[in-house]
Amino acid sequence: MDKKRRKFLKMAGATVLAGISAPTIVKLSSNHAVAASGGDHAAPAAAHGEADAHHGEEQSSGVQLGMVIDMRKFYDDELLLDKAIAACHKVHNVPDIPERKSEIKWIWKTGYHNAFPDHSHNLRSQTIENSPFPVLCNHCENPSCVKACPTKATFKHEKNGIVSMDYHRCIGCRFCMAACPYGARSFNWQDPRPFIKEYNLQFPTRGRGVVEKCNFCSERLALGLEPACVEACKGSGAIVFGDLNDPHSEVREVLNKEFTIQRKPAAGTRPSVFYIV
Amino acid sequence: MIEKTLKGKPAYWIWLGILASLIAIGWACYFRQYTFGLGLTGMSRDVSWGLYISQFTFLVGVAAGGLMLVLPYYIHDYKVFGRITILGEFLAIAALVMCLMFIMADLGQPLRGLNVLFYPTPYSMLFWDMCVLWGYLLLNLLCGWVILTAERKQVAPPKWIYFFVYLSLPFAVSIHTVTAMLYCGLPGRHFWLSAIIAPRFLASAFAAGPALILIACAVMKKFANFDAGEEAIKKMTTIIMYAVIINTFFFLLEFFVGYYSEVPGHMHSLEYLFFGLEHHGEVYNNLVPFMWTATLFNFAGLGILGYLKIAKIFDFRLVTVASILIFLALWTDKGLGFVFAGFVPNPLEEVTEYYPTLNEIGITIGVWATGFLLLTLLYKIALGVEEEVEH
Repeated sequence: MDKKRRKFLKMAGATVLAGISAPTIVKLSSNHAVAASGGDHAAPAAAHGEADAHHGEEQSSGVQLGMVIDMRKFYDDELLLDKAIAACHKVHNVPDIPERKSEIKWIWKTGYHNAFPDHSHNLRSQTIENSPFPVLCNHCENPSCVKACPTKATFKHEKNGIVSMDYHRCIGCRFCMAACPYGARSFNWQDPRPFIKEYNLQFPTRGRGVVEKCNFCSERLALGLEPACVEACKGSGAIVFGDLNDPHSEVREVLNKEFTIQRKPAAGTRPSVFYIV
Repeated sequence: MIEKTLKGKPAYWIWLGILASLIAIGWACYFRQYTFGLGLTGMSRDVSWGLYISQFTFLVGVAAGGLMLVLPYYIHDYKVFGRITILGEFLAIAALVMCLMFIMADLGQPLRGLNVLFYPTPYSMLFWDMCVLWGYLLLNLLCGWVILTAERKQVAPPKWIYFFVYLSLPFAVSIHTVTAMLYCGLPGRHFWLSAIIAPRFLASAFAAGPALILIACAVMKKFANFDAGEEAIKKMTTIIMYAVIINTFFFLLEFFVGYYSEVPGHMHSLEYLFFGLEHHGEVYNNLVPFMWTATLFNFAGLGILGYLKIAKIFDFRLVTVASILIFLALWTDKGLGFVFAGFVPNPLEEVTEYYPTLNEIGITIGVWATGFLLLTLLYKIALGVEEEVEH
């Protein structure tokens, strides 16, 4: 099983390499990670132009990456979720801004009724009532943020279904933030770099004035690694990651077996993150 | 014709001086924001649009409101509006310039603004909004200028211009419809997700635009000897009344849908606007006084205009008071409440209230001052030409 998963991840990663987020990958290998959103606007724009050519080609392999979050594992182990969040925020240089109004978060904890207002009712079990739920970008099959973006700075990756961001193209209009029914997007209200405690030189930092969010670890998939939050929960089976369109994937096996819910299905966005509550 | 702006009474220069100082303050504030980032505003992760976008939304309406003067004159050949139609066109220009400035002030990366052109995205409503706003701006510049030039030379305007005049009519409707579509097409924002947003926007626009023109007429009557004519003013108050009544009706329909269906998402924002939203034992109500004041102004303005109609009297001072009340009411409704309340509660049903910062208010006032400066200069030209023709 594990071998199969690894093979899949490599494949997903390779398609990422060939696809539109190529500039990021190129940048990683040539060690420009930190300077990524500095003053150099011309080069990334040019790189994006090339990538666009690939974008037009019809090569959809029909992969839609997604995950199942098994809350039963998190109820038992209170520290597990903190570990997953810390791993994500560390690997992606997510700044730790104390002021609530300006905070940036890719994956974070919230209450059940915050995560699932539509499923919410007044007679919930104590476990659900008192447990923190992880929330992140849902990498929707039909993302409303992508529709809203006036520059295609946020786009649905054809090769793996990840809702990606181009930090160099984003004009900071924040239309995507208004459009996201999950509150998954954060805006850099100021320069985030002074708030990054420890730099990961393998991933770009962002500049002020752009929106950011979870990228399902596209950069790690390209290297054949699992997403950071999945890796942090390794062994517990708390987060299962894979191709939702592959009937034999591990994530589909879980989905076939268990009763799962999605956040706000009524919004019509078809989220790719499922929860076992 | 630009030379008309260079001669004026002391009051004119004092007014321009005041506006110029406000603009200078605005630029100073913008410089601070530009160097630090939008963190200098009161906007947050939860309320991600603030004063800039709400002013933009309101001013698109003011621009579209000019239609209520242009349409009767050109389509129905309503000659009484002959003297003031140009005021509607020039108001649209000033309002649209303010709109574009507010958009630029709101961008996190203003230097990348042209990306909207480099990577046109037809499924984004913001792309279409840019198209119709620029289109309407250029149309008004063209039509206003050509027709005023013809008037100055005392010849009939060239025939080809009417093509653009007629084209500008659907454009006026489109700018506010597309602006409404920025909001009403977003899943998960219940307050905005309503098919009545576009009609409501248009109704309030057709009141706010003419109301501002009436206020301008009152100012110009006092300081520039300009008389729009009793019949024209009366007709405009009729238009304003109908538009305000329709807008109020639409708004009450939103109340009915929310409070009769009792679907929580449809009540939250209205609750927040008018009664205060209770959340975890705390009541959030910073917009409540504004909304009730606006309600009062709305009905008071309507009452004054109604009284003038029923008693069959004409008092320009009362008309001006009513116009100011209605303009302020509509500004509060669309220029504050509509945008801010859409973010309350946030998608995770948490409540964050928005308070603009001084720096943000400084920029906002600076943009308004720029608009009024432009409006003053344009109206000065229009009046100067009319005076020249009459002598």
